[in-house]
Amino acid sequence: MVPLSYYLLLSGVLFACGVMGFLIKRNIITIFMSIELMLNGVNLSFVAFAAHWHQLAGQVFVFFVMVVAAAEAAVGLAIIIAIYRTRETLNVDQVNLLKL
Amino acid sequence: MSIHLILFLGFGVIAVAGAVNLLVQRHPINSALSLIAVMAALAGEYLLLGAEFVAVVQVIVYAGAIMVLFVLVIMLLNAGLEEKTKGSRVATLFGIPGMLLGSLLVAWVVLRHSGTEPVPVGALPGSPSTIGDLLFHEFLLPFEITSILILIAIMGAVVLASRPPTAGAGPGQKVKD
Repeated sequence: MVPLSYYLLLSGVLFACGVMGFLIKRNIITIFMSIELMLNGVNLSFVAFAAHWHQLAGQVFVFFVMVVAAAEAAVGLAIIIAIYRTRETLNVDQVNLLKL
Repeated sequence: MSIHLILFLGFGVIAVAGAVNLLVQRHPINSALSLIAVMAALAGEYLLLGAEFVAVVQVIVYAGAIMVLFVLVIMLLNAGLEEKTKGSRVATLFGIPGMLLGSLLVAWVVLRHSGTEPVPVGALPGSPSTIGDLLFHEFLLPFEITSILILIAIMGAVVLASRPPTAGAGPGQKVKD
C-alpha cells in the first residue's frame, strides 16, 4: 500500500525536471522532450487521484492528454523541421525572429 | 515494507533517474532514450494503480509512436551535440535556492495535508471495456472534438513539413536551370 502523497511527490519531481529541462536546455528537440516529461508527470497525478477518489474519469482525462500530446508532437516536430530548413540550426539562441 | 511499496520505489527511482539523465545528457538521442525509460517506468506505476488500459496506451502511444517520431526527427535532422551557453548569474544565485525552497515547501504541504491513507492496489478496475464505456457515453463530445483536433494536426503537420514552393527546388525550375 502506497500513500497518495508519494505518487504526488513523484509526479511533482518529474514535472520539475521537465520545467528545468525547458529552461536550461538549448536544443529545440530536447526542449520539446521536456514538455512531454511535464505531461507525463501530470498524467501520473491524474491516475493517482483517480485511484484515490474511485473516479474512472481521471483515467479518461489521461487518455485525452495523450491524444493532445500526440497531436502536439506531430505539429511541433513539423515546425522544428521547418525551422531547421530555413535556419540550419537547432539551437534556440539562434532562433530569435518569428519571421522565417 | 510491502511488495507494492518496493515496486513503487523501484519504478519511481527508474523514472527520476531517467528524467535527470534527460537533463544531463548533451546529445538529443540520449535524452530521447532516457525519456523512453521514464515512460516505461510510468507504465509500471499505472499498473500498480490498477489502470491497465492507461498503462498499455502509455507504452503503445507514448513510448512507441511519439518517441519514434522524436527519434526519426533527430536522425532526419542529424542533430549533434548541444552547444553550451552560459546562464545568467542572477538565475544561479537566486533561482536554484528559490527552486529548492519552493520544492521543499510543496513536498511538505503534500506530505502533510494530502491523503495519507494508502491507495488500494487494483481497487479501481481500469480495464479497456469500462474505460470505453465511459468514453463513448459520458465523454462522447470531447472524444469527437479530439478526433477533429487530430485531423487538423495531421493536416497542419503535412503543410508545415512539406517543402515550400518558393524554395527554388521545384522540378520545373530545375529543368530551366
